[in-house]
Amino acid sequence: MKRRNFVGKAALGTLGGLLGTEIVFGAHLPVGYELLGLQEPDPFKMFHKHKEMVVLNDRPWNIEAQAHLLDDRTTPNASMFIRNNGLVPEKIDVENWSLTIDGESVTRPKTYTLKELKSNFTVYSYHLTLECGGNGRSEFNPPAKGNQWTVGAVSCSEWTGVRLSDILKDVGIKGDAVYIGYHAADLHLSRNPDLEPISRGVPISKAMMEETLVAFQMNGKDIPLAHGHPLRLVAGGWPASVSGKWLTRISVRNKEHDGEKMQGSSYRVPIFPVAPGEEVDSADMKIIESMPVKSLITYPKSGAIIPLGKGLQIRGHAWAGELEVSKMQYSIDFGATWQTCTLEKPVNRLAWQHFNATVKFPKKGYYEIWAKAVDSKGISQPMLLPGWNPKGYLNNACHRIAVKAV
Amino acid sequence: MEGKGTKGNTEQKQRWLIIVLLLLSTGTVLYFLLVHNPKSTLPVNGEIVPMVDLEDPERIVDGVHVRTGFKVGEGMQEVINNCTSCHSSKLVTQNRMDREGWINTIRWMQETQNLWDLGPNEEIIVEYLSKHYSPVEKGRREPLKNVEWYTLK
Repeated sequence: MKRRNFVGKAALGTLGGLLGTEIVFGAHLPVGYELLGLQEPDPFKMFHKHKEMVVLNDRPWNIEAQAHLLDDRTTPNASMFIRNNGLVPEKIDVENWSLTIDGESVTRPKTYTLKELKSNFTVYSYHLTLECGGNGRSEFNPPAKGNQWTVGAVSCSEWTGVRLSDILKDVGIKGDAVYIGYHAADLHLSRNPDLEPISRGVPISKAMMEETLVAFQMNGKDIPLAHGHPLRLVAGGWPASVSGKWLTRISVRNKEHDGEKMQGSSYRVPIFPVAPGEEVDSADMKIIESMPVKSLITYPKSGAIIPLGKGLQIRGHAWAGELEVSKMQYSIDFGATWQTCTLEKPVNRLAWQHFNATVKFPKKGYYEIWAKAVDSKGISQPMLLPGWNPKGYLNNACHRIAVKAV
Repeated sequence: MEGKGTKGNTEQKQRWLIIVLLLLSTGTVLYFLLVHNPKSTLPVNGEIVPMVDLEDPERIVDGVHVRTGFKVGEGMQEVINNCTSCHSSKLVTQNRMDREGWINTIRWMQETQNLWDLGPNEEIIVEYLSKHYSPVEKGRREPLKNVEWYTLK
């Protein structure tokens, strides 16, 4: 039997009751039309996202940008990707929000209110690149399981908060501390309260870095709901999954943190190169740490038709995990020759760097502009897909846009 | 002449009014018969034909189930029933796996994500998934696809 929607007078009253308001012009509702307020919530409205963002998954929410939406030097909320493993917390009580520091390697476990965090410690702001470990997964062959990110699971926003290192110094950590693991308020998809959707972390050395923040602001405002309101761990340059959202607890561990999505093939790649599709024993997998060198052309949008003879201004961003980008190049002949872009220094460590160039085309026709960044160790982006891995992480192949000169 | 003309105009107006009223009432009757009443059916050649509701999320368009995005085929209902109560159908439709891959995924969900024993439905589900969502050979790098051309100003 086909399900059918029916809006009668009595039903209008009921629907109005559900919405808590009268449905003005209810009599004009087309039959079968579901009121927005009662449908699956509109993520673009709910999370204030740009209408050209792409929804990969709606339970849990996974939404990515397109390259041209990332043109801002500092990523605004509207074009920041969402990668959720579980359900967004349903009730966020900012007044009573607290952060507990515990674990085997803490000297004095302690709980701070949000207010105490803000007033007890010095507040810092950094622009931090957050890229999903699986950004670019959609290109792997054979395909890898998971959300099929293309290029848009990366952002660089300004994060404001207190240093995790200051908090850890305040509680005191023992000499045997090796890792921190976060715990958060998001819900497992099954709604089983005993399961955590994700609980990852970083080695103590990364936790103690100046730029590793327990943040309460993004771009000068309270962190948006989808990005961890009211408190988030932010560790730039590493897979964004280590930057736990809706943060409630940090455990200082005397071993590698063993929370959800720390083991098996989650956020891990083979220790040695493997053939595409090869089965890899979990003992031969290692945790992804710093993300590889990568770049995006954010202007123009792919598909531009331009008059021949007029130079084309291109621009974008480049980043290299823990490292800096030392050189940025582009090619319009499929990598046969490379030209250098103007590359800016990062505003702070772990922030992406802006580049630009003026591209001239020798004759009319179809072109692809390829972008290649080189990190401070001389490692550059590959033109083809990098090493295949079971979960399709770390695709940093050069970004390409199509252009026609006419 | 004037009087006749006026009379003629009035008759014309009345005729138009009747036509408009007729159309309106026919429309209203049809509306209540076809659209407003959810149980409405029209007898056609003695058969009862359910009307097509263009807003119905359960409808099928171009071989795709609109609400979930699943390709229509044997086993789709079993997939909807078993695979979309915890996660979105989008998590299924955006992935490509062979038979073994889908089975491994089911096992992983059973071991770690509270997925139940699928019983006899497992074979139906695996068959559907590996038929409609199997890998496509992409090579080491695909050409740029679906470029939307525009004049850059």
